[in-house]
Amino acid sequence: MLEQHIREQMNAVVGDKWFKDDQESLVSYSYDATPLYQSMPDAVIFPGSTQEVSDIVKICAAHSIPIVGRGAGSNLCGGTVPLKGGVVLVMTRMNKLLEIDSENLTATFQAGLNTKQFHMTVERTGLFYPPDPSSMIICTMGGNIALGAGGLRGLKYGTTKDYVLGLEAVMPDGSILRTGGKLVKDVAGYDLTRLLVGSGGTLAIITEATVKLIPKPVYRRAMVAMYDDLEAAAKTVSNIIANHMFPCTLEFMDQPTLQVVEDFAKIGLPVEAKAMLAIEQDGTVEDVERDLKKIEEICMASGAVQMRVASSPEEGAKVMEARRSALAALSRLRPTTILEDATVPRSKIAEMVGEVQRIAAKHQVQICTFGHAGDGNLHPTAMTDARNPEEIHRVEQAFAEIFEAAIAMGGTITGEHGVGNVKAPYLEWKVGAAGMDMMKRIKEAIDPQGIMNPGKMFAETRKRIVVQEPKLTGV
Amino acid sequence: MQRTEHQALTDRMRLTLDEEQLTNCMRCGFCQTACPTFLETGLEAASPRGRIALMKAVVDGIMEPDESFQAQMDLCLGCRACEPACPSDVKYGQLIEQTREAIAQEKKYSMPVKLARKTFLEGLFPHQGRMKFMGKALKFYQKSGLQKLARSTGAMKMFPEHLQQLEKALPEVSGDGLMDLWRKAGFPVRAEKSSSGAKLLIIPAVGETIARVGMFRGCIMDVMFAETNVNTVRLLRQAGFEVAVPDAQVCCGALHAHSGEMEDAKNLASKNISAFQEAGVDYIASNAGGCGALLKEYDHLMKEDQNPSIRNAAVTFAGQVKDISELLQGIGRPLLHKEQDPKTAAVKVTYQDSCHLRNVMRVQGQPRELMQGIPGVQLCELQGSEVCCGSAGIYNMTQPEMSTDLLDHKMENVEQTGAETIVTSNPGCLLQMKWGIERAGTGEHVRAVHLVDLLSESVILDDKMGL
Repeated sequence: MLEQHIREQMNAVVGDKWFKDDQESLVSYSYDATPLYQSMPDAVIFPGSTQEVSDIVKICAAHSIPIVGRGAGSNLCGGTVPLKGGVVLVMTRMNKLLEIDSENLTATFQAGLNTKQFHMTVERTGLFYPPDPSSMIICTMGGNIALGAGGLRGLKYGTTKDYVLGLEAVMPDGSILRTGGKLVKDVAGYDLTRLLVGSGGTLAIITEATVKLIPKPVYRRAMVAMYDDLEAAAKTVSNIIANHMFPCTLEFMDQPTLQVVEDFAKIGLPVEAKAMLAIEQDGTVEDVERDLKKIEEICMASGAVQMRVASSPEEGAKVMEARRSALAALSRLRPTTILEDATVPRSKIAEMVGEVQRIAAKHQVQICTFGHAGDGNLHPTAMTDARNPEEIHRVEQAFAEIFEAAIAMGGTITGEHGVGNVKAPYLEWKVGAAGMDMMKRIKEAIDPQGIMNPGKMFAETRKRIVVQEPKLTGV
Repeated sequence: MQRTEHQALTDRMRLTLDEEQLTNCMRCGFCQTACPTFLETGLEAASPRGRIALMKAVVDGIMEPDESFQAQMDLCLGCRACEPACPSDVKYGQLIEQTREAIAQEKKYSMPVKLARKTFLEGLFPHQGRMKFMGKALKFYQKSGLQKLARSTGAMKMFPEHLQQLEKALPEVSGDGLMDLWRKAGFPVRAEKSSSGAKLLIIPAVGETIARVGMFRGCIMDVMFAETNVNTVRLLRQAGFEVAVPDAQVCCGALHAHSGEMEDAKNLASKNISAFQEAGVDYIASNAGGCGALLKEYDHLMKEDQNPSIRNAAVTFAGQVKDISELLQGIGRPLLHKEQDPKTAAVKVTYQDSCHLRNVMRVQGQPRELMQGIPGVQLCELQGSEVCCGSAGIYNMTQPEMSTDLLDHKMENVEQTGAETIVTSNPGCLLQMKWGIERAGTGEHVRAVHLVDLLSESVILDDKMGL
């Protein structure tokens, strides 16, 4: 609980209705979609404007109170769990779409805007914003930017970081920073926009953003390819890319994932197949039809046993929507579902799928794999039970090995979920001691008090399982 | 409640709550866009994910189930729109009912609330005779001039505003139930004895008999909307069903279950299960989504019953329950409609889903198909038809603020459709729609009707056949 005079100051900024520190509010903002993490804040505040955010941050700075920015709380890296208490700033009241500029092809909005709503509004104007994280029905654009969200369309269109042109953010001293603009080219100074994208609330609270839009593709069509063995499916992915084909979506699902997704969505997925690729292309009608034909040939040549082309765009959309539910649907199998997003260069997909299977068998844990195979981003997902500490320990061991394997292939520990606190112990594995040192110096320069989302990004480095470099630096 | 009472409630919740279900919620948040109270408030605690987190926090000993916790549980409409939206298949409806059951068992209600609960849940709904008496009293109130007097003298003003408006929305009742009206109309019916010797009324099918359907008349339905019950039976027999009306049937128990009075609900359920089993029916027809949903879950309700034959009968019963729209669209013979003058403009209608029909019985296509089959009717989809209207059992009386917020938004969406008729499939929703029309002041050009009543305006009915 904050001291009374601090509560009064905060109350004076946002008003009684939007300052909450009753038991119910504290509990209900103590978690996000990340399993196994919960920690109570001291207060929950719903700011209505950038100025209010700035005023609250100033009060926090004056009293060294931790600040955690939060959108919908749908992230999977523990990014919005208030590990050190303090204030949770819920940005969902600041949810206005300020402008769609059809001359400059940009959109400007407040951070709390819902991603799905943003997509729908943009698409009604004939424009398109590609990044589509699976949680888009609930998540916020500000959250997407703070954690550098990806999605199903990463392969062809890139992810959030490729679209943000400018930001408005409140810095740890309460000052209001504006970066970039409606500019395709802008090299004025350090790229602070890129620095803040994916910083996970450890440097600033993002309040407003300008993103670039592209013309909406006129046509899209999906198909699925079924396989008798996992490796052939994974190999197909590499073959498609090697043949210079860029479908907008290229998703991979193994059999257990297929079964639960079908159970939830009931759209006639081939549950008897060992693996499935869901492939979608967009563009002009001629281009799409030509590409799909070519991809179909590649699939068959790579060992697909059956192909099915969606008869209508709606049918294709259903497949992709069902795929978005994979994570949550997998949770039907066991009480706790832990999903990771180890990512490798696309040519290594087949190798990585094999490694995940080997590691799961070694640690005797159930791991299903699905993911955005086309961009090398897999989601090995462990089905477990939080009430069984011994099993959870094995799951952690398995994931550590999966990260290790990914890095050994030139990959990364997180492709699109962000570091938060879940990946913090592994960050050094990826970026090395020099990388950690540089990141810490940036953090200290911008947030010397360490009040911005403390406990995230920087943690004690976990001991490596397979020592590849001789130095083992604890933090 | 004192601290010790919070402790007692915590202990009770640890007993009643299904721990598996609590753990199964993986907090993905996909439920939130389906939750009316979250959409209205934007508060995590007022969402299914939030409420489950609160329940779990109580069970885990992180928080006390204080007054605000209980208020948050009360604020849930119980519409269960979160269940189809949940990829993890969490049985939220069970969790909220288990929580309410624990609260009902431990809570010391204030005197007026206790009295109201006792009067309605124990004294009134379970007793069809008393319900009919209430109906007669209501008729007296409406017909004797008492209603006029109450309105003109301002006596109604003694009540809270939302109750005054609700009172205005009440339909004119006759005090007669389904079978009284049926007999008065001179329609064919014969009396039989069920296998246990109880009274059973049988209404013959028109033409060849497809199957025997047990008519669940409902307690409120049979007082407030007895005409709709009559029309339901007329349509059923026209579609080829022989209709059996067991006299021993009672209230479904939904309002009891939703208020946490599970023992009462189970008692009512076992009476209904026997009544319909003894009537030898193939299907059980419900024309109220709220009742149908609980009837459909009798298997779950009775799953811990000591008597295995009751448990088995409950499973059979649950499998036989169908909404009237399922029976008419797909199982029964297609209905023929009166010819329509092609020159008259189409009547625009819109449909508000009954939450329990859609989310629990999972019926949403059949009512729409039936409406589209009516000549001269144009169905205009209502934006947000899947969002609860705020009626939710007795919610509109206990939570007037949230209820009216939801209702007013609903009426704005109705306005958008340009429809002259709002169609629903549940008495609670129907009353709420009438109240909404009253609030919006659109009574001159908008009406609310039950799907069954809309259909019977147009379907060719051979009412006298079989006499």
